[in-house]
Amino acid sequence: MSNKQGVSRRRRNLVIATTCAGGAAGAATAVPFVAFMLPSERVKAMGAPVEADISTLAPGQKMTIEWRGQPVWILHRTQEMLAAVEADDGKVADPNSERKPGEITPSYAKNEYRSIKPEYLVVVGICTHLGCSPQDKFQSAKEPFDAEWHGGWYCPCHGALFDLAGRVHKNKPAPDNLKVPPHMYLVDSKILIGEDRKGA
Amino acid sequence: MSVAAAEKQPVTGAGPFNGILTWIDERYPLVATWKTHLSEYYAPKNFNFWYYFGSLSLFVLVIQIVTGLWLTMDYKADAEKAFASVEHIMREVPWGWWMRYMHSTGASALFICVYLHMFRAMLYGSYRKPRELLWIIGMLIFLCLMAGSFFGYLLPWGQMSYWGAQAIVNLYDAIPIIGPDLALWIRGDYVVSDATLNRFFAFHVAGVPLALLGLVAVHLVALHEVGSNNPDGIEIKKVKDPKTGIPLDGIPFHPYYTVKDLFGVAVFLTVYFAIVFFAPALGGYFLEDNNFVPADPLKTPPHIQPLWYFTPYYSILRAITENFMSVIAAGTVGMALLIIGSVKSRAVRGATAVIAVVLLEGYFTFDPKVWGVVLFGVSVVIFFLLPWLDRSPAKSIRYRGPIYKVALALFVIAFLLLGYLGTQPVTAVNTLLAQIATAVYFAFFFLMPWYTRMDRCKPEPKRVT
Repeated sequence: MSNKQGVSRRRRNLVIATTCAGGAAGAATAVPFVAFMLPSERVKAMGAPVEADISTLAPGQKMTIEWRGQPVWILHRTQEMLAAVEADDGKVADPNSERKPGEITPSYAKNEYRSIKPEYLVVVGICTHLGCSPQDKFQSAKEPFDAEWHGGWYCPCHGALFDLAGRVHKNKPAPDNLKVPPHMYLVDSKILIGEDRKGA
Repeated sequence: MSVAAAEKQPVTGAGPFNGILTWIDERYPLVATWKTHLSEYYAPKNFNFWYYFGSLSLFVLVIQIVTGLWLTMDYKADAEKAFASVEHIMREVPWGWWMRYMHSTGASALFICVYLHMFRAMLYGSYRKPRELLWIIGMLIFLCLMAGSFFGYLLPWGQMSYWGAQAIVNLYDAIPIIGPDLALWIRGDYVVSDATLNRFFAFHVAGVPLALLGLVAVHLVALHEVGSNNPDGIEIKKVKDPKTGIPLDGIPFHPYYTVKDLFGVAVFLTVYFAIVFFAPALGGYFLEDNNFVPADPLKTPPHIQPLWYFTPYYSILRAITENFMSVIAAGTVGMALLIIGSVKSRAVRGATAVIAVVLLEGYFTFDPKVWGVVLFGVSVVIFFLLPWLDRSPAKSIRYRGPIYKVALALFVIAFLLLGYLGTQPVTAVNTLLAQIATAVYFAFFFLMPWYTRMDRCKPEPKRVT
């Protein structure tokens, strides 16, 4: 084979062309195999917005709604809880939700309380670290993870802490505040989760 | 050898099966294969306790494949039915509990055997030249085992299955730019769901076992090509009988080591069945308590942890917090200076400086979460580089100097400590301990080219001792 004189140029080029064509066809076969694993049409259709009735949600209470298979929390905050949020400004990593604008916090919730109405916090109850669902720790108390705890959420997986506005504490594994899903008030007692008026 | 010559070779021994063996050998190299891999594969005569774990790993893999096949007969890969079908196997299928406990205990047993098998390689330098490729194939087997056990752990659809998978798939989410789409592609849904369960089932029962069997075959072929290492870390092929060409320190694998390994299997089975029959959950280490609760996508259990064999890497993952980034940055600068100070090539020095600057820039651009995931990956993949990181003149720990002995001891302590901490809740003290152990873990690998060269080794013997 090292003897170049015996090699037909035409044949060699045909071999190269055939190899390239066959290789391209082989590589293209990856497309159906990869695409097959993407979310199906049914899964995509399940991502529709859901309605939450908050008329019976008493102050201090939290309710959980399922949206796209994820827990969405609606917390009716008391005046003390709102005061606790203000007190936590120094402890949290991103007090005014400046990071990743538009992705974590929609513009209408970009305030200290991270909500449209200060009393009602709407967040996706999934830790921004690795997707665990943090636990309610609403009482101000001395906790093993924080001696001056003002209430919020504790993630059992890797110890991330969130205050009562879903803002992540400094120097914890989670990088971002809890995600505020797109939402809007249909009437005072009904919230639509998964859609907002931004586009309308 | 020509076909005619092969035909003339007589079948060993004259027995009742001679005729049929000859018939087969004319059509398939049966006796030749038997000889190459067993009766005329010459292994060093000084194998010790540590050499049980290679054959034991293969033995447990067979247990896993057979019990797995049987479990598939009654398991249903459907988010609505999976948990109940496992309970059905446990309570209603004859011997179903036995089949499942064999499989769940087998998973942990396989990791114990493989970890000890890998540690053996680190003790005696079995990954060193000419066995680098053998080691790499072995590491690929290890990665397949990790993937297989990860996919399999989702199948019972308990709380720990569900949230463990959720956390690990979300690791990919941390990768900049492509991460979220990649995680979506792996799950096939916005969260771990029925679609995820089905594909994990497919990979667990078909994809991974096929890859594993292929890799194990290649691992054995590579081993029999280069020959086994031994506790002295010297090559027995260097001293051969001048007449037969057989290594003087070699003995046929069969019957000598088949008998030895059978003894190992007997001892192993004693321990294994003690666990299967009397403590299948092994205090929550082999089967976690929370996995006896059906998966609830809206509620994470109060304390989640992976199974014990993943906890060292998991500890590294959660040890990377914002304040640890400065330690990593300092480590990177130190490494860069060390390389620049000890390498003459200008190109290498320049490249090191550039890489270090890019990394330093990256440490403070991307979240610590990204770097947690990166180091989590590096902590596993770094084993691939062992053959090239180790510059010691001696292979075996018997002839290595004190530095490597201390380094290996510290590494084992760090590995075990990380493993233990991974099963514990996060506290300030635990995080600090995990960070120290993480530093030791990486220092063992990254500083290896320097400390193994500095080490004062004893001369290796000519023949095995």
